[in-house]
Order: sequence, then C-alpha cells, then structure tokens
Amino acid sequence: MIYREVGDFKTTYRADGQTFPIWFDRIRYYVVLLIAFCVVPFIINDYWLNAVLLPFLIYAIAAIGLNILTGYCGQVSLGTGGFMAVGAYSCYKLMTGFPDLNIMFCVLLSGVITALVGMLFGLPSLRIKGFYLAVATLAAQFFLVWLFNKVAWFYNYSASGQITAPERTIFGYRITGAETSAPVTYLFCLVLVVILAIVARNLTRGHLGRSWMAIRDMDIAAEIIGVNPLKAKLTAFGISSFYIGVAGALLFAVYLGAVEVGEVFGIQKSFLVLFMIIIGGLGSIFGSFAGAAFMVLLPVLLKNVLVGTLGWPTDIATHLEFAIVGALIIVFLILEPHGLAQLWRIIKEKLRLWPFPH
Amino acid sequence: MKLKTLTAMTLVAAMAAPFAATPALADLVFPSLSYRTGPYAANGIPFADGYEDYFKLINARDGGIGGERIKVIECETGYNTEKGVECYESTKGQGALVYQPLSTGITYQLIPKSAADGIPLHTMGYGRTSAANGAVFNTVFNYPANYWNGASAVVNHLLDVNDGDIKGKTLALVYHNSAYGKEPIRTLEELSKKHGFKLTLLPVDHPGQEQKSQWLQIRREKPDFVTMWGWGVMNATAIQEAANIRYPMENFIGVWWSGSENDVRPVGDKADGYKAINFHGVGDDYPVYDDLEKYVYSKGDATGAGDQKGTVLYNRGMYAAMLAVEAAKNAQKIHDTAKITPAMMRDGMEALEITEGKMADLGLPNFGPSFSVSCANHGGPGLASVNQWDAKAGEWKEISSYSESDMDVIGALINADSTAFAKESGITPRECADDGVMASMSKDDIMSEIEAIKARLGELLKAAEAL
Repeated sequence: MIYREVGDFKTTYRADGQTFPIWFDRIRYYVVLLIAFCVVPFIINDYWLNAVLLPFLIYAIAAIGLNILTGYCGQVSLGTGGFMAVGAYSCYKLMTGFPDLNIMFCVLLSGVITALVGMLFGLPSLRIKGFYLAVATLAAQFFLVWLFNKVAWFYNYSASGQITAPERTIFGYRITGAETSAPVTYLFCLVLVVILAIVARNLTRGHLGRSWMAIRDMDIAAEIIGVNPLKAKLTAFGISSFYIGVAGALLFAVYLGAVEVGEVFGIQKSFLVLFMIIIGGLGSIFGSFAGAAFMVLLPVLLKNVLVGTLGWPTDIATHLEFAIVGALIIVFLILEPHGLAQLWRIIKEKLRLWPFPH
Repeated sequence: MKLKTLTAMTLVAAMAAPFAATPALADLVFPSLSYRTGPYAANGIPFADGYEDYFKLINARDGGIGGERIKVIECETGYNTEKGVECYESTKGQGALVYQPLSTGITYQLIPKSAADGIPLHTMGYGRTSAANGAVFNTVFNYPANYWNGASAVVNHLLDVNDGDIKGKTLALVYHNSAYGKEPIRTLEELSKKHGFKLTLLPVDHPGQEQKSQWLQIRREKPDFVTMWGWGVMNATAIQEAANIRYPMENFIGVWWSGSENDVRPVGDKADGYKAINFHGVGDDYPVYDDLEKYVYSKGDATGAGDQKGTVLYNRGMYAAMLAVEAAKNAQKIHDTAKITPAMMRDGMEALEITEGKMADLGLPNFGPSFSVSCANHGGPGLASVNQWDAKAGEWKEISSYSESDMDVIGALINADSTAFAKESGITPRECADDGVMASMSKDDIMSEIEAIKARLGELLKAAEAL
C-alpha cells in the first residue's frame, strides 16, 4: 500500500537515477541512518559493541570489497584473509612509524597499500580465470601470512610476533588502545562503513561498475564491445583490496587491538568473507551487509539461546552451532542461490502488490 | 501472507531478545573461558573440567568461599581470539573476578582490557612472560612459573644429564607458530650464547597436523636434543613423528603444555621415555581427590565426561582454581568482606602466599612448590620439575625435583620486555618498595608485624646487655 512507485513521478534524470527511487525505500534508508547515528551511540555498551556491532560493521566492509571483485567483476578470490593482513600490518607500521599521523589516515592509507598489493596479485587474472585464479589467490593468502610471520620487520621485532595497536585519538577521543569508549569506536567504524558503502554503490552503478559486470557476464564479448579487460580487472582488484585492507586495519586496530597473523587472518577468514557474500547475495551491496550480519549474528545468537537461555553445555552448543550454520548455508544455496539480497528483492516485489496480490 | 508476516515478526522479536547478556547475580563469579571444541579440545577439556570441579568441591564442602557461593560461567572460545574477546565482554558484566583464558593469544588481547577494566588476569604458566613484572603489569599475574622459566628448565635439565656441559651440542625447538610458540625463543637464544649450544628453530603452523618437513629436517640434521612448544593436536603429531624417525625419546623434552596423557597415549609404546617439564604434581594420589570423590564425583556432579581425573591438565586446572580460591580468601581477609570485587581480588592475588602447610591443609601435599607473590614479582619463583612418560605403566613419573631457573638471564629479559611495553603503551611503572607489601596487608597485620619486630628487638637488646 505504501510501498509502490505509483504516483511517485520523476521529472529529472537525476531524480530518476537515484539509488532509492521509491519514496518508502528512501525514507527507510534515512531512518536507518538516523537510528544508527543518533540512537545507537547512546544505548550501546561494550558487549553489544564487541560481540555484535563492531564485527558486523568491519566484516560488512570486507564483504563489500570481496563482492566488488567476485560479485561484480566475477573474479573468484580466496585471498581475502591475506589482504586483510596486509591492511592490518600496514596500519600497524604506519601507526608505529608515524605516531603523529591521524588514525583515520592510517586506516585509509593501509587501504591504499593493500590496493597496490591486490593489484599485484591481480595481474595473473589477465591470463587465468575461474578455478585457476582461485588457486592463484589462494597462493597469495598463504604467501602473505607466511611473509608476515617470517619477516620480523613487519611486527617491529616483537618477541611474540604479535602486533599491538598503540593508543590513537581523533579530536581527543580514543579510537584505538584499551581505554576506548563504545560509542566512539562505533561511530568511527560507522562513518567509514557508510562512506565506503555509498562510494561502492555509486561505483557499481557507474561506468566502472558496468565494465566490471560486462567482464563478469562474458569477458570476450565485453572486450569486443570495447571494455578494456586490463583496466576493468585491475581496478576491480585494486578497489576490492582497498576495502578489504580497510577492513583488516579496522579489525586489527579498533576491534582486536592485538593480532597474530596466522590465527586471525588465516584461510578460514577468506572462507568466512566468501560465505558472507554467497549467503548475502553476489553482486549486491545490500547483500554484503545482510551476509555479514548473518555470519556474525547467527553464532552469537545461537550461543546465547543454547547456553544462556537453555543452559546447555558449551561444547554441545558449539558443535550444534557449527551444524546449524552449515545446514543453513546449504539450505540457502539450494533454496535461494542468489542469497538474502534476492529474498529482499522478492519481498519488495510482493510489497508492491500488497494488499491486492491479484 | 499476513499470517506469514506476523509469524516472521514474532520470530524476529523472539530472536532479538537473547542477544543481551544474561543479567548479573550476586555470587562470586569465576568465568571459565574454555575450549571443548576444535583442534585444541584434547588439552582444553581436562583443564576446564579440573577448574570447574574444584569450584564445585568448594561449594559442596565449604559452602563457597567465606560463605559466598561460587558461580562458574563457562564460555567456549575454541582457542580463537575473536571468540575469546566476545566471551570476555559477555561475562565481565556479570561480576567476573578473575580471567584464566588458557590461551596466550587471548591473553594478549585481554591484557590491555584487564588493565582498563581493573579485572585481574591469571595466566598460569602461559601468556605474556614479562607480565611477571608487577610494577608494569598491575592486573596480570603469571605465577607460579612462566615460559622463560620453562625454557631455562629445559636447558638446565640438559645440563644435568650432560654433566653441566652442552657446548657445541644442538638443540632444535619445534614450536607452534604463534605468540605462544615464539615466546621461549628469546630466552633460548640468550641461553645458547651463555652455554654455547646451537639453536635450530622449526615453526609448525596452526593447527599443527602438518609436521613432515620439520621432522625430515630433524632426521637430516640429527640435533642432539629436541624441545617442543606445542599445543593441541600438534603435540601428539610431533611425538608420533619423532617415533617414526626413531628419534631417541629421552632427548625430546616438551614444555608443560606438551606433557599430558592425551599427547603421548596416541603414540602408544613408542612414546615411552618422552620427557616434559612441569610445575606441579602428577597423578591422583592426593587427599583432595578423596574429597572430590565424596562431594563431587559420587554425586554424579563431575564436569564434562568425568573421565579426566588425575591427568596432568586436570590437575593443572584444579591447581589454577585452587590458587584462585586462595587468592579470593586472601582478598576477603584483606578487605574484611565476603563480597569481593575484581579490584579486591587483585589485591588478594598480589598478597598470595602458598606454603607447604597450606598445600597440605588443602589436600595437596607436595603438589607444587611454595611461593609468594608481591607487587614487584607477579611471576612467582619459576620452579619446574621434569616428568617422564612411562608407557607401560601409563603414567608420568617425576624424575627430578623442583629446581630453579636461570633468573640472571630471565630477570634481565623480563625487565627489558616489560619496560619496552610500558614505554609503548605509556604506562608509568608503580613504585614497588616495601610499602607495596604494606598496602596489601590489613592494618592489624601490620601492627602485629611491628609488635613482633619490637619483641625481637627487645630480646636482642637484652642479649647484648648480658654480653
């Protein structure tokens, strides 16, 4: 009844081409932003921040990054964990090497460094695709983790091989370190997420995004109609790695505070982010958020229900959690291969007709 | 359609509620960040069982600590740092008194958090070694022994069996490629300079099932001794590989985390003679087990499957719980209240003194060395013994008594590392003079101490006058 285009006339191209052409969508988007910026910071506590919101926001950035590469450009990557490690270690080196550099620039510069590394590892994509490319990125994953373990310069020769984020502030508010307050770190990540998501959404709607999708759908045809595969593939690798690098830097500096490459940025992280975009929906920014929310929230939810509410032993609950998450992934892949984003689209279609479906 | 939406909405509402952590209760809360799943479960389960069973015993036998009942909140970390952080955040609001995460990685995460929240962290025989410097690490404790004591104990044992001379010999360190495994390297390097042996480093990546290349290298280079910093499946795999290349087991020495029954049993008879250092007793020949039988096991109240009693890691979990209970008693005494806070618990830990007599009273005679904790020293004495696996009998045998480690080397390293940490994170180390000890004593204790000194001085005066 309220969700429909009827009567919502557009008189300019600009209005016609906006992200949310439907009035209700637009309002909903602003309400979500309003709640995220003006309500959540006042009610957030450490538990909500560290167990739910921070991982959700950070993984959302990583998922958007991988979605650009895999969902929009069709290049399968299993190197996400390694690229996140590049982001984390560059952030660490920048933070310790230039103590006066603002943390925001540290995070963004780590993204730039990761973008360069990503483009380097993206070069083989010009020659190989599909499974072979996946294996090449897998090599990147293992090589990068090995590198950060092996070369002591990356962790400033610390005895444990761990990197620890020193305290950094913005406008006098602590962003990293031990004594951060929940609303500040939350807002810091939220600002980055919102900006990066808007940029990603507009990139994918523009010239660059269309060339990525052309390459994804059929690279030979795209080349014939004049899409430069070198440019399209390398920009996809670069921009995707930028996002993943930013996520890695945030995961290290803001969320965890101390990181050990083999454990935090191992192959399982690559798969986690890949699952997020598969479940959320390939080629959809909303899907990246939905997938990140699904993979972050579901284990916490199951744990709280099974252990906290039902009082089950923790080991049974954890094993069951693995089984349930695994089963849900399979169910999703069978029933809705296009992910949560497709479900959302179907709901929207139905809403347009509601309450008169026929 | 409408019905469906309605069901969906109720479902969402029902699902949103349990996200919030369960509210606080007025007991003494000891969270157990355990891992009963994943590649480290074989070692995580016995420790968690021992930890919880001892608290159950205290509740059933003594009615809690000072009349306050103990509540253990278990949270599964899977030895994963991210889950560890989530566990910390979800339990800290419920009045957690002390955290024992049994993971060096999680410890590194929690050190700054524990300082900020004022909740003490006890990392017994693991964690950040330089936390032994209590002047810098106010809330972190790693008594009674740490990794560097362990590394030194291994070298000391090698010196013992080689008549004090290991010059020119080679020692290979097979280690878990993580903060945990890298921890002893610095000490071993110093010791290799001091004693003139050659050190080879062989990292094994998580989870540790792939060790063929490392053991091929050992087979080729034939180091005189191999020591291991392993955990979880890595331990059994390494011992199996050592058996496969027929490496002499008596020259293979694990740290205390690589010396449990679960590590040697899978290898069978071939593991016979494998050694590991330890900082507490083995077996179930202690009176406390009679109490456990009476108050916990016989009531069907044993934690987990109840099949871990008397194993090395079960004993260690129990030891950890015992030290926590003693520290809590201490805190109750110092602050004269049964309902202690984490800050009070910290004071109790810092003033902890474990004597032979106390251990015997608790039903654990000769279980571990006696020691005391102070403001400056959060690491205890660092005594370690050597155990050897007897495959026929199926049990660990203590083959040496508790001996001191090379504190000249370790003390300097601890100072260097903790000073670097203090500088890095902007901490001004506390002053730890004698007044530090006074601060942790009650006024009456101080007065009685002064009276005792007065009396003794009077005696001396009389004796001097008689001369």
